[in-house]
Amino acid sequence: MTDVDRRDFLIGAGFATAGAAVPSDASAIARPPKEMPPQAVGMLYDSTLCIGCRACVAACKAANNMPADIPEHLSGWNEYTWDSAEDLSGRTLNVIKVYRNGTVEQKDREIDGFAFVKRHCLHCVDPSCVSVCPVSAMKKDPVTGIVSHDADACIGCRFCVFSCPFGVPQFDLNNPFGKIAKCQFCSHLQKDGKVPACCDVCPTGASLFGTVKDLEQEAARRLAAPAGTPYRFPRGKLGEDRPPNVATIPSYIKGTYGEHEAGGTQVRYLAGVPFPKLGLPKVGPQSPASLAEGVQHTIYRWLIAPVVAFAGLAFLARRNAGRTDADEAPTSRRG
Amino acid sequence: MSNAPLRRNLITPATLVLAALAAIALYFIALRLIYGLGAVTNLNSGYPWGIWVVFDIIIGTAFGCGGFAMALLVYIFNRGEYHPLVRPALLGGLFGYTLAGFAVIFDLGRYWHFYNLLLPWYAQPNSVMYEVALCVMAYVVVLWIEFSPALLERWGLSGLKRNLERWMFVFIALGVLLPTMHQSSLGSVLLVMGSRLSPLWFTVWLPVLFVVSAVAMGYGVVMLEATIISNSFALPSEHALISKLSTVVGWIMVGWLALRWGDLIYRGDVQLAFVGNLKSGMFWLENALMLAAVLVFLTPAGRASQRASFLGAAALLAGGSLYRLDAYLIGQQPISNWHYFPSVPELMVTIGMVALEVLLYLVFIKTLPVLHGDAANA
Repeated sequence: MTDVDRRDFLIGAGFATAGAAVPSDASAIARPPKEMPPQAVGMLYDSTLCIGCRACVAACKAANNMPADIPEHLSGWNEYTWDSAEDLSGRTLNVIKVYRNGTVEQKDREIDGFAFVKRHCLHCVDPSCVSVCPVSAMKKDPVTGIVSHDADACIGCRFCVFSCPFGVPQFDLNNPFGKIAKCQFCSHLQKDGKVPACCDVCPTGASLFGTVKDLEQEAARRLAAPAGTPYRFPRGKLGEDRPPNVATIPSYIKGTYGEHEAGGTQVRYLAGVPFPKLGLPKVGPQSPASLAEGVQHTIYRWLIAPVVAFAGLAFLARRNAGRTDADEAPTSRRG
Repeated sequence: MSNAPLRRNLITPATLVLAALAAIALYFIALRLIYGLGAVTNLNSGYPWGIWVVFDIIIGTAFGCGGFAMALLVYIFNRGEYHPLVRPALLGGLFGYTLAGFAVIFDLGRYWHFYNLLLPWYAQPNSVMYEVALCVMAYVVVLWIEFSPALLERWGLSGLKRNLERWMFVFIALGVLLPTMHQSSLGSVLLVMGSRLSPLWFTVWLPVLFVVSAVAMGYGVVMLEATIISNSFALPSEHALISKLSTVVGWIMVGWLALRWGDLIYRGDVQLAFVGNLKSGMFWLENALMLAAVLVFLTPAGRASQRASFLGAAALLAGGSLYRLDAYLIGQQPISNWHYFPSVPELMVTIGMVALEVLLYLVFIKTLPVLHGDAANA
């Protein structure tokens, strides 16, 4: 917003002028997008390597003390012993879902095929949940970039659930003292130098932990290699000396998911089936938080506008209330 | 020119029905507190906000904008002739907002942390919700102060009342500033939705569209309330004032419609209005209601007829409410295949809250000097 615009706004000191300074072009008023923290950690999930074993789901539950999730329609055969989470929920931070089409013959094929996908927090570079939370319960670590949640601060307004472009945070609606549940990238394990549970346990390297920079290079290598080339897929943590998963390069959909979505994230997806088919939502490259904060910061910069508006309103109210109420005698009538 | 209590029975069939509805709502609120939100509501992962948020808070506070809208007209634009409508309008606002605040508490998933909003170390000034929360809390206090002369009159505390009235201009100013801030912010809340909200509603103009329609709805409530009260209690009609007011409202709504359509066409998303699905249908319904109100308010024949003015105000309120319902619920595009329709207990709570609001309004006008005095005892 230019100084001229701001002066106009201050003079107007009302909603009509506040509006006049706002162009209809959504990017013009947005605040600058945030930058990826230099030592950001992330995850590369390669759908073509995933065998759907769900060891990551079980490991996640164990690492984060999350209860089993048994949907009602499965409770007939499942006597509350077998975790069968179907989607992210107040009890599930990480879930494997399956894409199926036609005869479901071949893995990672769009037509008559199937594919797995893992859903959890993507740890946005400029997270909506952090921007919208009124009590700083959602925070982004300035070094690792991990988006964490503090239930002691949370008031349960569920704005994070409402606003997340990826549908990640979930509120446990079935508990009178429910909490927001979201993947915090096992930051408690990372503190001790360990690998997040899902990546640690993944037998094929489909979930791979590392710094975002390294993971981006790894993804580029896989995308550059011709299909059918033998390839040593790292497992656990990129750069760690675990034995790799030796397999061949599949035919990837070009590009990664998570690089540009919502202003960029710290998770990257590779897949053999178009990302929307896997249920990964189409999200534009602008961070939604940058627009909302841009508008809000424009209106409330240094609280100048509200203060000036208040002074003007108080002046008018004082002058006019005297005139209006002058003939108003206190009444002693009782009902 | 003074205000007086309306001398009527407190207990009537109408007030008993209202009290029963309020009691049913309290029962379901108790269930919600014992068993959790999921036990009472149809909320889900795709729709974390249901009608408790959208109707009780987003729409409810717009209905509570009568006091804001009248103060703007009378004290800021110095139109003293509308003064008789101020105190009843403030009372409507008082209950609209106080009960919205009550609704927030039981809708919050972790309501026992509510006070965290006031603790500086948890403050998050980038959050639109933070601004809304603080602003609404402050405004509820301001509304009670603005209305308190009626209470002080009733209790015979005229000295205190005189002192308060000397400083009332501060609260009048706050009573215009705070709703301007948070009603526009209720639009800004949606700015973070991006592609999760249909372009029929998503625009950077959301804050302006929300606050302007809130002012219009505030006048609509005043018009409706004045007509209902004078008809139900056989009081002299305020229609002369109402019909003057309707010109003001009509032009505000013309501005709103022009901004909405101009922006939609400028963005090139107007074709979405012709898709023929639920969203486009609701979009047309909102606009048709708004346009119908404009036609009533800006034609001499419409203004002259008390019935037409009443229907016009009702159309304005319905249109403004649908605009909010659509922006917060029907226009939403959840990521997975989620659906939401409120459960019966959820609806009963909302209905009960409205009943409680009307009930308290009736009790107050019968026990406190709210209504225009000469009329109240006619």
